[in-house]
Amino acid sequence: MLEIRNLYASVEGKAILKGVNLTIGKGEIHALMGPNGSGKSTLCNVLAGNLQYEVLDGEVMFKGKDLLAMRPENRSHEGIFMSFQQPVEIPGVSMVNFLRAALDAKRRYLGLQPLNSAEFLKLFREKRALVKMDALLTKRSVNEGFSGGEKKRNEIFQMAMLEPDLAILDETDSGLDVDALRIVADGFKTLRKADMSGIVITHYQKMLDYLKPDIVHVMIDGRIVRTGGPDLADRIEKEGFDWIKAEMNEA
Amino acid sequence: MRAERQYLEFFEANERLIFEHSCDIMNALRREAYDVFKKRGFPTRKVEEYRYTNVEAAFTHNFGINARRIPFALDRKRAFRCSVPNMGTAVYFMVGDRFVPAIKKEEKVSVEAFIGSICDFDRQHPGMLADYYAKLCCCGDNGIADLNTMLAQDGLLIWIGKGCKPASVLQIVNLGCGSVDLMTNRRVLIVMDDGAEAQVLSCDHNMEKHKFLTTQVAEIYMGKDSRLNFCCIEETDENNVLFDNVYVRQKSGSVFNGGFFTLRNGLTRRTGYVRLDGKEAQTNWFGGIIGDDKEHIDTNLLVDHAVGGCKSNILFKYVLDGESVGAFAGKVLVRKDSQKTDSQETNANLCVSPKARMYTQPMLEIYADDVKCNHGSTIGRLDERALFYMAQRGIPPKEANMLLQEAFLSDAIRQIQIEPLRERLKFMVEERFRRRLKGCGECELCVTK
Repeated sequence: MLEIRNLYASVEGKAILKGVNLTIGKGEIHALMGPNGSGKSTLCNVLAGNLQYEVLDGEVMFKGKDLLAMRPENRSHEGIFMSFQQPVEIPGVSMVNFLRAALDAKRRYLGLQPLNSAEFLKLFREKRALVKMDALLTKRSVNEGFSGGEKKRNEIFQMAMLEPDLAILDETDSGLDVDALRIVADGFKTLRKADMSGIVITHYQKMLDYLKPDIVHVMIDGRIVRTGGPDLADRIEKEGFDWIKAEMNEA
Repeated sequence: MRAERQYLEFFEANERLIFEHSCDIMNALRREAYDVFKKRGFPTRKVEEYRYTNVEAAFTHNFGINARRIPFALDRKRAFRCSVPNMGTAVYFMVGDRFVPAIKKEEKVSVEAFIGSICDFDRQHPGMLADYYAKLCCCGDNGIADLNTMLAQDGLLIWIGKGCKPASVLQIVNLGCGSVDLMTNRRVLIVMDDGAEAQVLSCDHNMEKHKFLTTQVAEIYMGKDSRLNFCCIEETDENNVLFDNVYVRQKSGSVFNGGFFTLRNGLTRRTGYVRLDGKEAQTNWFGGIIGDDKEHIDTNLLVDHAVGGCKSNILFKYVLDGESVGAFAGKVLVRKDSQKTDSQETNANLCVSPKARMYTQPMLEIYADDVKCNHGSTIGRLDERALFYMAQRGIPPKEANMLLQEAFLSDAIRQIQIEPLRERLKFMVEERFRRRLKGCGECELCVTK
């Protein structure tokens, strides 16, 4: 599904990713852990195509295609969805118009007819019910005046509408209370098609308990330095990252 | 004085014609206006209020003036389809300065209302306009209005009688029309008697690809507790120039909602002056301006709180693309005894392209001490974060730009009180940003142009 080879990237001239290698298979959920500033969010942004991040070296193949050569919107059409750490408020653009534009563009890209209004609204209502999103929220402008929890739920709603092949959750849990966290995690699990893959960035064991990742990676200073099963997350929860840094220094 | 000379000479050579093809009320001030204009000419860019618009340059071109007032053929059935649909509007045309009655069977909006030519009214009711014509706009106010008073031969009168509330929206379609480059000097007089209520939609279109220059002076009298929803839409082309002077005087309890939307026009200079003369009067001025190519849109407002306890609201939003230039100056004047004034002024601007320029000057001049007044302005670019967010969801940059620009104007459009017009304008703005809009896009005239 996704293959990252020797990826180097910088932001504002500062090198952040220093040779990332990562392979994610169909249907696998990978957790990405690591101290602040280790490059987790940078990796997400590079995958999504944020132009503020400059790729210096390496390659990324997604479903057999060169991802880095694609425009951000085409990466989305190909099936990459990124849930933002801080979803952007867009006053004056209604949720319906926003998602309509997104879905129409995706269908055009895939050579499909756009949905007609009735079909679109039916889908919109179905997905909204699926993620238990308040109908009043979807009548407002995108994220405008939403609480932190509402914004994150809106991310999951958008994911439901777009049905990605690879979902990247960039600290989707930050700023959420326990109940909201469960709702987001439940939503994610509900939406997860059998073959959808995921990258989950989180600092919380709780999130991992809900999502049950197949593989856990630890990122430090722009590299993936440890890869293991769920037990790796357990040890980090108890002991932090220092033991990994210590082992790295010894090596 | 080069630009002025051709108009002064035209007046001198055609004075008799101009007088003959006009009416007493409009002729009365003509010579005085000529004298003042001869002495003072057009405002130059050294005048603060005209810093950003080169008036003389706009008037230098050799325009024809139809002083004999020869009617242009107008196929009203075709032009009629220009209307904003589903509004139940009574549609009238102004072809240049000439009033052309409603297209449907001559339905009278109301017995207490007159909608028609100023000169027709003046001939039928001599003296009745004496208290209104050129009373808000005085000779010497500004050179463009003086020129208008000197040359204008007719125009539109809307008089809504006491307590009268016509149900339909009165739509005035101003058509630029003619076989040569043409100047039109038009007057508009709206008299709202006490308790009257009306909705007026004024749209500007061009029927030919000639250069059109229009000067307009509109004087609007708001009687006690009267209410007027007044909305102007310009949707012409890059050859069109409009100098519009809107004067409003409001008595107590009156509400004036003035909306000004420029979807497409070569050069627009709008000067607005409102005097709040009676307690609890409320005035709302709002606008949405879309500039592109080399278009130039300049709005200059003065809200005069002459008495206390009144409310004023100003909201103007500009979206400028290409090499367009926008200017906005809004001054709210609160006089010494105008306590309990409540005023809010906002001008927000989006420069979409690096070559677009915006000049903004929100101003407050307050001589009373117990008032609530706010003013502010912003100039910005499209939000990069929003653009990336939208791209991540699959929305291509062109579409995302358009959605953001439309969204930017949405709160100005929301101020429109005429609901079907609000919906229609949303659609027109979208079409405009998609660059499909040339003319109204509805009627054959526009489609075949």
